[in-house]
Order: sequence, then structure tokens, then C-alpha cells
Amino acid sequence: MARVKMQILVCGGSGCYGNNSEALIDNLKLELEANALENDVHVIRSGCFGLCSLGPIVKIIPGDVIYTKVTPEDAKEIVTEQIMKNRKVERLLYKDPVTKKSVATETEMTLHKKQLRIVLRNCGIIDPENIEDAIAHDAYEALAKVLTEMKPLDVIKIIKDSGLRGRGGGGFPSGLKWEIAYKNKSEEKYVVCNADEGDPGAFMDRSVLEGDPHAVLEAMVICGYSIEAHKGLIYIRAEYPLAVARLKTAIGQAREYGLLGKNIMGSGFDFDIEIRYGAGAFVCGEETALIHSMEGLRGEPTVKPPFPAESGFRGKPTNVNNVETFACISPIILKGAEWFASIGSEKSKGTKVFALAGKINNVGLIEVPMGTTLREVIYEIGGGIMHGKKFKAAQTGGPSGGCLTEKHLDIPIDFDNLIAAGSMMGSGGLIIMDEDNCMVSVAKFFLEFTVEESCGKCSPCRIGNKRLYELLEHITKGKGTLADLDRLKNMSLVIKDTSLCGLGQSSPNPVLSTLDNFREEYVAHVTAKKCPAGKCKDLMEYFIISANCVGCTACARVCPVGAITGERKEPHLINPAICIKCGSCMGKCKFDAIIIQ
Amino acid sequence: MILYYHSLVNQVNMKIIKSPAELTRIKTDIIKKMSEKEKLRIRVHMGTSGLASGAKEIYEFMKVELEKRNIDAAIIRTGDMGYSFAEPTIEVKLPGEAPVVFGNVDKLKADEIIEKYIKNRELVDGVLPSNFRTI
Repeated sequence: MARVKMQILVCGGSGCYGNNSEALIDNLKLELEANALENDVHVIRSGCFGLCSLGPIVKIIPGDVIYTKVTPEDAKEIVTEQIMKNRKVERLLYKDPVTKKSVATETEMTLHKKQLRIVLRNCGIIDPENIEDAIAHDAYEALAKVLTEMKPLDVIKIIKDSGLRGRGGGGFPSGLKWEIAYKNKSEEKYVVCNADEGDPGAFMDRSVLEGDPHAVLEAMVICGYSIEAHKGLIYIRAEYPLAVARLKTAIGQAREYGLLGKNIMGSGFDFDIEIRYGAGAFVCGEETALIHSMEGLRGEPTVKPPFPAESGFRGKPTNVNNVETFACISPIILKGAEWFASIGSEKSKGTKVFALAGKINNVGLIEVPMGTTLREVIYEIGGGIMHGKKFKAAQTGGPSGGCLTEKHLDIPIDFDNLIAAGSMMGSGGLIIMDEDNCMVSVAKFFLEFTVEESCGKCSPCRIGNKRLYELLEHITKGKGTLADLDRLKNMSLVIKDTSLCGLGQSSPNPVLSTLDNFREEYVAHVTAKKCPAGKCKDLMEYFIISANCVGCTACARVCPVGAITGERKEPHLINPAICIKCGSCMGKCKFDAIIIQ
Repeated sequence: MILYYHSLVNQVNMKIIKSPAELTRIKTDIIKKMSEKEKLRIRVHMGTSGLASGAKEIYEFMKVELEKRNIDAAIIRTGDMGYSFAEPTIEVKLPGEAPVVFGNVDKLKADEIIEKYIKNRELVDGVLPSNFRTI
């Protein structure tokens, strides 16, 4: 079989598909056939290049030449020039927005890619169950550097200078946290890794622990060295069986290699790590509740101060950091604080991992420098909204956060900008919603979650959230009034101000932010008793357009409650008093005669 | 002098890394061992997302089929790369070539990858271009 001489990769991602990449593929194939090249040159449909705004993208192999914004009409020129004469088609090359110079190859193009992986550097690359593979990819090198060349305060200074902020949601400067824990002297101190990832739709920490557990272990030892602790605890939810199994293997192997235990690498420093399991309570992601849960008490938060850095696990100074925060530590030690501080926005340094979920094409994990805009995340990395629908909102920060709307598409995402926009960074879940999502129902969904997860210790959260949920339910059932909207707002503010811990203080956020950004949708629910997105069952009515109905009786036969009547070949009717709004008739109708009003 | 059994065991256990220099030595050894005989490397991304979409089957399939077809390869289990929309994903690194990631791999696709890409270096539909930089 003759070897293929050249291959043309055409992006078949949804963004490029929408820009006619299929027609381009057809034209390229025709053009190749016309020149009798179809056996030597193959056209391959590839996945998304992450450059959707420049699509359709074409890549030529060998040579790795990248063409952007290629139309079906360009096929001829690509074949005659690039393929047959090996000359680049200059006008289709990507121009650097700053230097205006053409960028031809993919290697040069890499610099223009929106994603930068620091935390996920080894995920999908190394075998997480083989410590040697990890060592070959620089694991424990930072630890060696710390143990031989640095004093605890040197490490803390580097972390402070790097500008690293806690990735669990709050964004507290990690170096400062370490410093406080260092200054609180005690014989017994603890390093705790918070792997209790509870936001609906978020799975960043899980992926890091499953893909690169040694990154977290190493950073915990480094943290222990700098705050003078000798014991580390990983609090992980039992719902992550694979992550737990891989962590256990990793801890076992690290002990075997003397990277955990007594006298690590001959430095005289002792440190060991144990795993503690959580039962999957959302509130246990809050650090005081997490500590109580580890102590065997009920997972309930307590008032801060005292902060865990003064009195944490078993009343001793404890430093709690999130998985993602720990995963940033080794690169900072190895590459320096300036390097890390050079990435990101002014007050938020480094990168952030986001879990893209919801109505977006490329669902999955991404890691971008802080300060990347929502537009870039959705349209250039995420491949745009599913089925070409319109973007409506993005929920950040899970049930504690708020939504970002179209007007927020171009703000750089970082800790402070998100708070200014009425949302928060949270742990990194990013749920994308399109025009079909009803924002009242979205707020109700998150409220339902917090009602379920409230520990019940303080009344604003226990009773207030429940009342809030009932009000929302009222509204979605069409029983709300305009006065209810004010009540929603007042109650939210009271819950925020009077709750004991972060869960209650942030639980009304989805209500407040949807109320701010989509007030007209709430108003439509209470005054016109209509759900603009057509999601609230009680507010919609199925209706047959008699002009489209041919009387095939398909709908009447599928209706489980016999709400549809009509003669054969005559327009049918739905009796709203009987209809249970199951939607079966709409699914059956071949003539688009049934609509939702 | 009395030597206790467990201390003996500790002494003969060569794995314990006793100094940073030793870590560097082990690292160089591993890298040397890996690059000495560069062979076909296949990474099957087996995090929760991958496994939920059937990555384990693909892992087994690759192992069995490559042996059957007399192709020498190292098959590595890894975590997920984040391409949840295209799981299961596998990465194939042919000697002397840049690694290539394939998405939505089922047994049919895996077979096509072996026959076309691994044997003849011909790409197949479903290639996932790398869309990120790393450090």
C-alpha cells in the first residue's frame, strides 16, 4: 500500500461546522480528485482546534501549516498552490494581532492558544499509579529544592510574591495563609487538603487527583515544611472512589520511595499524609465544618475567628488549601514567583481551571490564564453554544455564585471582577445556559440544592432558604405577585447578613443575581403568568394550530389522559382542563401543529 | 551486634530516596530507560469521565489487538485530559512523531487507528488537535 504523502486536516468542531466546514471538505476532495491526487492526499475531519473565532481551520501535514477562515471556495487555491506547488497561500495565514505578521506553522500558533495548563500539566500525560512516571515529569523536584536550599520563610515569601490566591472560591492569598499558620507556634500543626468538591457541575479537583495525585502530595509536604507541620490530611468525598484509590496508591508509593515519612530525602524533615473521608455534604467544603467532620464531629461550621490557622484540627494551627491551590505550588517553586506573577490579571495571578458544563459544545475541563474573558472561554475554547442557540447566562461559583449575562461576556474573569459583577469565582464550575433556560427555575434549582445541604445549625439558613424556595416555587406555579419579588429580595438580604457560615451567606446569590439580571422574566411569571423560556410546566399551555393540523389523530392516540379530541382529517383540540402537559403530543406531531403558549 | 530483621529490610530497600541528588539520579535513569528504546506509546485516558464512556474496554481492546497483530507498544493508563465531550480519548505517539489524540474512540475507531495510523501513519477522522499550551 502506498504511503499517503500529505494530509489535510479540516476542523469538524461545531464552530467550524457552523461555518461551512463540511462544504469545504467536499470541495477539497473534489479538487483532489480532479487533479488525481486522492490517493496521495487525504482529507481528515478533526476535532476542535480551540480557535473557533478563526474558523474554519485547515492544517496541512507535513509542515503543520495552519490556514484560518477558509471558505469552500478556497479549496481550489489550497490544492493548486499548497499541495501541488508547495507554496503557502499567504492570504489565508493567521495574522498576529500585534505584529501583523503572518503566522504559518502550528508551533508558532501555539503561542496564540487561549489555554495554558499549569495545574493540569500532567493530567492525561502521566500514569497516576506509577510514581516513576511522575518523577520523570518533574514531580518532587520542587520538594528537593525546598528541603535543600530554602528555609520555611523563603518558601512563604515565594508563594506570597507569586500572588497565588486560594482556588477553592474565596481567593484568600495563600502565602499569607501559610505565614499566619507559620507564626502560630505549636508542637503540633496540620496541613489539610480540601478535596471536598461539592458544586454541581464541578469536577476540577477530581480530575487533578485522578490524573496527577503526586502534584498534591508534593505540595502538601512543601506546605508542611514551611509552616513546620508534620502531618497532612486529605479530606475527600467518598463519592470519588477512583480519586481515592489513586491517592492511596500514590501515598503508598511515595512512602516506599521515602518521599513521605521520616527524614525525607535525608533532610531530617518528617511528614506523612493520611486520607479522611467525607460523606458528601456540601457544607463540609467550608473549612471549619470540614475540620469538625475530620474530628468525628457533625459537619457543622463554627464562627470565625478563631481561624483554623490559629485553632483548627484538634485545636492546633491548621492550614487548609484546595486541591488546585496545592497543584500550583511546585511550578511556582521551580519557575519562580515572577514567572507565576507574570501570568493572569493585575490582582489575580496564574491560571484557573474551569469545568464547562451545560449547553456548550465542548463540555470538559479547561485551564486559562486569569483575566481571560467569558467570550473567549465560550466561543473560542468551548466551541460555542449547542445547536447554534443564543447565549443567555453562565453560572459561576455554583450555588453560592451568580450568573453572568451577555453584558458580562467581555469582562476579564478574575476574583475581583466576578464579585463586582455580582457573582464569584467559586471553585470553577461554569454552567452555560441558553435561551431555553428559565432563570427562575435555575434559581429554584440552586435553592433546592442549598435547602438540601443546609446543616440546620442557624435559623436564617435553615428556615430562610426553605421559605425562599417556597416563594420561588409559588412563582413558577403562577401563583406569585409583584410583591413577592420584593419579598424575595428582602429575605435574600436578611439571609445573607445573618447566616453563620459561607453556605448561608451566599445561598441567596443565585436569586439576587437572576433577579437583578433577568427581572423582566420574573415579572412575566407573576403578572402575565407566562414563562418566556417555556420551561415552567404550570405556566404553559399546549395548543393546536388548526391551520397546520391535518387530523392524522397521532396526538390523540398518544395522549395518556385523553385530552385531545377531534374527527379524522379535521383539526384537533386540546382540552386544557384535562391536559397534564406531558408534551407527548408535541413529540408525535409531524406537522408542527402543536405549540407551547 | 544484633541487627533486627526490619532494619535489615530497610537497608536493602534501594528504593528509598535518601538525598535530592539521588532523586535526580533516579529521574535521569527513568528518562534514559524510557528513551533508550523509543517505541510506540499509547495513552488511554482513564479518569472518571473516560471510564464512564468506556475507556476500559478500549484499553483492553488495544492490549489484546496489538499483541494479536504483533505490534510492540507501551499502553499507559492516565487521567483525563479534559476532553469530556469526546471521551473516550486516546493518545498515540509514534516513534519520531508528535503525539496525536483521537476522540470518541469505540472499538471500530480503535481498529481503524491501528490499521491506518499505527501501521501506515495515515490519520483518521476524529483527531483532536491540541488546543492548549503547557509549561
